Amino acid sequence: MAILSKEDAQALLKKVLSYSKADECEISLTGRTGGNIRYALNAVSTAGEMSTLTLSVSSTFGKKTGTATGNEFDDASLERIVRRAEELAQLAPENKEYMPLLGPQTFAEATTWNENTANLTPEKRAELVGKSLEVTKQANLVAAGFLENLVGFTAVMNSKGLFAYNKSANVIFSVTTRTQDGTGSGYAARGFTDVKDLDTYGATRIATQKALSSMAAKAIEPGKYTVILEPVAATYMLENMFRFDARQADEGRSFLSKKGGGTRLGEKLLDEKVTIYSDPFNKDLPAATWDRDGLPLEKTYWIQNGVVKNLSVSRYYAQLKGLKPVPGPSNIIMEGGEQSIEDMIKNTERGVLVSRLWYIRNVDQQSLLLTGLTRDGTYYIENGKIKFPVKNFRFNESPVIMLNNVEALGKPERSISVESYRSYMIPPIKVRDFTFSSLSDAV
Amino acid sequence: MRRKDFLYLTGMGVGAAMLQKVPAFGRNIHPEEALSSVDVAVKKRMADVALNTARAKGATYADVRLSRHLNQSLTTREQRVQNLVNTETYGMGIRVIANGCWGFAATNELDDKSIAKATELAVLIAKGNSKLMKEPVILAPQKGYGDVSWKTPIEKNGFEIPIKEKIDLLLTVNAAASKAGASFVNSSLFIINEQKYFASTDGSYIDQDIHRIYPNFTVTKVNRDLGSSETRNALSAPMGMGYEYLTPDANSKMQGPLFPLYKNRYDMLEDVAFAAAQLDEKLKAKPVEPGKWDIIIDPSQLFLTIHESVGHPTELDRVLGYEANFAGTSFLTLDKWKSKKFNFGSKIVNFEGSKVLPNALGTVGYDDEGVKCGKWDLIKDGILVNYQTIRDQAHILGLNASQGCCYADNWNAVQFQRMPNVSLMPGKTPLKPADLIKNTEKGLYMFGRNSYSIDQQRYNFQFSSQLCYEIRNGKIVGMAKGAAYQANTQEFWNSCSAICDESDFRLGGSFSDGKGQPEQVSAVSHGCSTTKFDKVNVINTGRTLG
Repeated sequence: MAILSKEDAQALLKKVLSYSKADECEISLTGRTGGNIRYALNAVSTAGEMSTLTLSVSSTFGKKTGTATGNEFDDASLERIVRRAEELAQLAPENKEYMPLLGPQTFAEATTWNENTANLTPEKRAELVGKSLEVTKQANLVAAGFLENLVGFTAVMNSKGLFAYNKSANVIFSVTTRTQDGTGSGYAARGFTDVKDLDTYGATRIATQKALSSMAAKAIEPGKYTVILEPVAATYMLENMFRFDARQADEGRSFLSKKGGGTRLGEKLLDEKVTIYSDPFNKDLPAATWDRDGLPLEKTYWIQNGVVKNLSVSRYYAQLKGLKPVPGPSNIIMEGGEQSIEDMIKNTERGVLVSRLWYIRNVDQQSLLLTGLTRDGTYYIENGKIKFPVKNFRFNESPVIMLNNVEALGKPERSISVESYRSYMIPPIKVRDFTFSSLSDAV
Repeated sequence: MRRKDFLYLTGMGVGAAMLQKVPAFGRNIHPEEALSSVDVAVKKRMADVALNTARAKGATYADVRLSRHLNQSLTTREQRVQNLVNTETYGMGIRVIANGCWGFAATNELDDKSIAKATELAVLIAKGNSKLMKEPVILAPQKGYGDVSWKTPIEKNGFEIPIKEKIDLLLTVNAAASKAGASFVNSSLFIINEQKYFASTDGSYIDQDIHRIYPNFTVTKVNRDLGSSETRNALSAPMGMGYEYLTPDANSKMQGPLFPLYKNRYDMLEDVAFAAAQLDEKLKAKPVEPGKWDIIIDPSQLFLTIHESVGHPTELDRVLGYEANFAGTSFLTLDKWKSKKFNFGSKIVNFEGSKVLPNALGTVGYDDEGVKCGKWDLIKDGILVNYQTIRDQAHILGLNASQGCCYADNWNAVQFQRMPNVSLMPGKTPLKPADLIKNTEKGLYMFGRNSYSIDQQRYNFQFSSQLCYEIRNGKIVGMAKGAAYQANTQEFWNSCSAICDESDFRLGGSFSDGKGQPEQVSAVSHGCSTTKFDKVNVINTGRTLG
């Protein structure tokens, strides 16, 4: 059984800790179970289930730390893992940045668990995929997709008396629908805590509409356009900027570094409509209430009305600089506005609607310039209406510059990054002067 | 591990300070424990338990991979070791065909009962999935090889080198960079050993010992007054070699037009000294003038363009649509191959797929479905002539044998089609990089991988480099800043006008190429000589924040 209850995890960790001879010892126990189903060319291609339980022991003598992990749980094996960590610690050089472990902390209960998602069976996964295939068969499209539920827990205990436990459940689904002749392609991606919220039929219908409406795309000139990014496109673009690290900014190698030295903390960096925060208790995107350092997680604003409100600070860096430690983002919620995507289109004289972005890579760390392409439904807007589908573009744009050019924000929704599969709450975003630099023939 | 997380680990860059909490690859082990391997007779007996069970339960074919994956990673920053992790995973993956359909199951409990149980599950899954099958699997014929073995021909096993020696190397590299004026330096070393035992109902029992190594560094220099910073990564390559790759050897080094270029041995200390010195020049470099440039590309950058624009679109599973939802499809559709005249590149462009290229990451004796490895043409005299296949795809191309491109990144992952080493064949007449420079009126000369992006059908790409020099009238005149080349794959390879000879042929590689859902990583090399492309579109990526 890979998902241990809080009590069982605590009992096991106590036993492991009793073997420790190190100055300090931190132990974590992680369990994961889940299943997936993959389909392509309108048929299931692979399906699988996995289950793992891993124990990790970090032992420290002075400032020398070693880590060992194992997946055997008889008493002799548990003790062997502790001894290995201690042996490795003796081999390791001193880590000047080692911080003493934290003592007992109080953590609020998280809301990340969901029984429905945890109990998803292979049959139910196949049924959900079946609903998706029903849509594409009716529309005479070719579907490829993936559905996965991941259920897990993490428990941490250390020799100073800290204990923390959290369990979570998530389900993700994505589908690509293509026309038989390969001239149209659509996509939809969803992520939820409760599988009851997942409507594979509805998501596939949207992908299908995108595929059919993106056929016979016309080429328009690359250049600067007003762009409406649907949440799945905006999420992937913005994911690349959600590291608000104080040390990196202080070191002068981040978009949060200040010319002449220091950071942009307290300065207006983005348009005043932009507010970005983390909140473990968000009902649509719950997260753990503690971080791996053993610090409690609270609602933290990173950007408020365009101003940099907080930077994450490690315990070591906080001590060095006389600051308060600030744990990094546990989840990301970007506030939005009231406009629907339809409203945004209606208010656009000339622009481009982007359904999805693809293969985004960082070009320059200082300006956070990113390059990537549009994919699976890109449309030209003129005088408040979608006029025709357009060929895909390559873009070169920085999310920091983009969030200075915000025209309007829609209602945030839970969306997943198409590369990391992490979930975020992101609104549709309308921006001016988004830089498309060339055309692509890809469909 | 997701591709991006792994890249984050290997690429280091700015976020390396966060590495301490990166989870390990699997079970951590004591360093000395990595040196023992399981007896072949024991592995054969375990494999036979699975094969016999599969036959008894009605499978018409079965293969077993009993594998042990060892990883060692060391990451450092300035004078400090950030992470030192040894991990191991060990287990068995069993793949069967029953009722004409594939089934797969895996176990890390390796007693006879657990192996038989996992095998039964694989057969059960095959039978269950056969109801959803469109047509039965057609496997290319494969003879059994009996008891055979293969080993990466290493001179020094990286796991046998004391940890202290490896830490000392990285910290010496860091000290050299700091001394030469770098503001920050991160360095790392990754060592991998896959001990793979394969057995199949065809009668093969294949024992393989596969080694890979990847040293890297990132040096950074910050100019706070200008609010700018520049980095330079190592010009090393991940290799299918042992620790000997890190022993400098004058015979394996070429004197390039600007600095030394490394072949099958790498001098990390020498490279980092050049890197730190080049940062000042990078900070002061003039922005590139956007427009058409002749570009000369060193293998340390061109390998990645080959990987993305030639390696991926010739994967047959992508061409057929099996990767449509994640990696994408391919513009190299079957009709283009059937026509026998699809003009992929200029006449001097020849690409070879190879699983036997010396020192390459993707080189093995046999693939993960027991096919003896070889090499074949993908692009011949500029024309698309072939793809990359595995046993259940060979018949689609009318082939009666697989090309041996099957791989799984772990025992618990099902094997599927992965890229072999794909290389650009060197020019046939003597030609050196210096000759290319001499013959260029207005050009850019690029080294080292940097930003990379390509669309899902592999038409439009954009690449940038670690170092970019401007050439005017046959001479290098200085560094250029912010240069990225943007092109269409077919146009780009048709603009290829000169390829240096074999003496310049070097390897670059991708240590963690991602594909599939759930994602699996593989390692693959690409060889080429310095190559020239005429009139390529170059953009200036320089932007500043307000």
